[in-house]
Amino acid sequence: MEYSCNLYELRCNECGKSFGNRPLSACDECLAPLEVQYDLEQIRGKFTRESVAAGPANIWRYKALLPIPEGFQPDLPVGFTPLVRARGLGKRIGANNLYVKNDSVCFPTLSFKDRVVSVALANAQAFGFTTVGCSSTGNLANSVAAQSARLGLKACILVPADLEAAKILNTQVYGAQLVRIDGNYDHVNRLCTQIADEYSWGFVNVNLRPYYAEGSKTVGYEIAEQLGWKLPDNVVCPMAGGSLIRKIKKAFGELIALGLVEPKKVRFFGAQATGCSPISTAVKQGWDYIEPQKPNTIARSLAIGNPADGPAAAKMIRETGGWAEDVSDVEIVAGIQELAETEGIFTETAGGVTTAVTARLYAHGRISPDETTVVCITGNGLKTTDALEGRFEESVPVKPKLAAFDAYIKAFDGNLDSLELELAGGAR
Amino acid sequence: MSIKVTLPTALARHTDGLKTFESDAANLPGLLTEFDTKFPALSANVKDESGRLRKFINVYVNDEDIRFLGGDAHAFEDGDEVMLIPSIAGGNCGQRRWLTLPYDESIMGGC
Repeated sequence: MEYSCNLYELRCNECGKSFGNRPLSACDECLAPLEVQYDLEQIRGKFTRESVAAGPANIWRYKALLPIPEGFQPDLPVGFTPLVRARGLGKRIGANNLYVKNDSVCFPTLSFKDRVVSVALANAQAFGFTTVGCSSTGNLANSVAAQSARLGLKACILVPADLEAAKILNTQVYGAQLVRIDGNYDHVNRLCTQIADEYSWGFVNVNLRPYYAEGSKTVGYEIAEQLGWKLPDNVVCPMAGGSLIRKIKKAFGELIALGLVEPKKVRFFGAQATGCSPISTAVKQGWDYIEPQKPNTIARSLAIGNPADGPAAAKMIRETGGWAEDVSDVEIVAGIQELAETEGIFTETAGGVTTAVTARLYAHGRISPDETTVVCITGNGLKTTDALEGRFEESVPVKPKLAAFDAYIKAFDGNLDSLELELAGGAR
Repeated sequence: MSIKVTLPTALARHTDGLKTFESDAANLPGLLTEFDTKFPALSANVKDESGRLRKFINVYVNDEDIRFLGGDAHAFEDGDEVMLIPSIAGGNCGQRRWLTLPYDESIMGGC
């Protein structure tokens, strides 16, 4: 179960051992995670601004720098999400040159997971897997279910048994087999590691993980291209396992190496929830290791207490001159609302984390107002509406009469006026 | 006293295919010492230069990460199931979150 390719292969980050291309996530010598390495010299001259521009308006325009097996015909138009100038949010937090990379509208399932899953499934097919799976309680489950349906692969997705009905439905609708495991997410994840060991299945975040993770690089390629083939000064990125932030840096490094952008030292800033902040803690303490935590936050998509890429992410952040911050659940909800109110972008709890951390980085002077900064928003708020439950009062129905509407508006404006007076410290 | 030790397939090549075995080790350092004599190839594979377990291996005792139980100092009990697993990102999301806000589960995925 392997394929040959002379452009890229799996290699151990720690000891350098090569493994060709096969469904494997850890080195058999030192057990460190494997990563896809490219022969950039072979790609030089073939991957140019022009060749990219001639490609489709999705992640496959960067196919030459993705581990995509020969002969694979990309089908789904994944990625190439908007990079929007965030003037409104910038004004509120004191940033003059702020951009939002908006993966809350990624195709097909509204999160950046669509990028990684599409690359993982291309490899699942090349390895001959007919059944794919993952451990997840949301974004990843949705994406694996949707994309495997499109490719005609069977999907078996493992989730904790107490997952809400809505999340189960959002995966089952695609026809995926959903297995509820009597345990928490940690149990599910470890079980998937054991299943991948025993069954001939392709688990996107287990034995296909090195390929899967490469899909995250497309966020970096898109940021550079959408800024007119320039790198930003800073990137603010949410962190769970610590993979995405490292892959964006890897993408920038490849673009510099291939001459598509001018060399630049980009600073990377990581965002976590205080209730699960092993990487930001390591950055702040200057540790070269991670102290595992038991997650306790509403930002469940970032709630990995023992992130395997954490030590490498923390080291990388410090090396770039960046920083990491973490915010409380109250700040996360405020961050969701702030992004929605200023930019019209409704993000999930992870995006609330990133927005709130960005505000703090500016407030603490870690990022200067005029620097070009890109904030990575990775998921859609429609998937975590429960986080906003009770935030908005249900209004009293107004009779369908103009006079009733006039009275309603006057009362509403009056309430606003008195609220503003109160906030200003005055009294009526 | 006896504990049951489980290894992933990747490590079983160092134990002649044995993936589960009984041990009477009292704690994790004791188990690693036992590897030295019982499975020298495994011992060489899972330990770093300083003789400690490599950082890329997680140890679970009855489904709990040993680091939450006190690590090396944790005393195994009769019947414990001890599992060695290579760490891959994906992690640990078991705790129920705080209950003061009316939110329940959100979305798992990981960046």
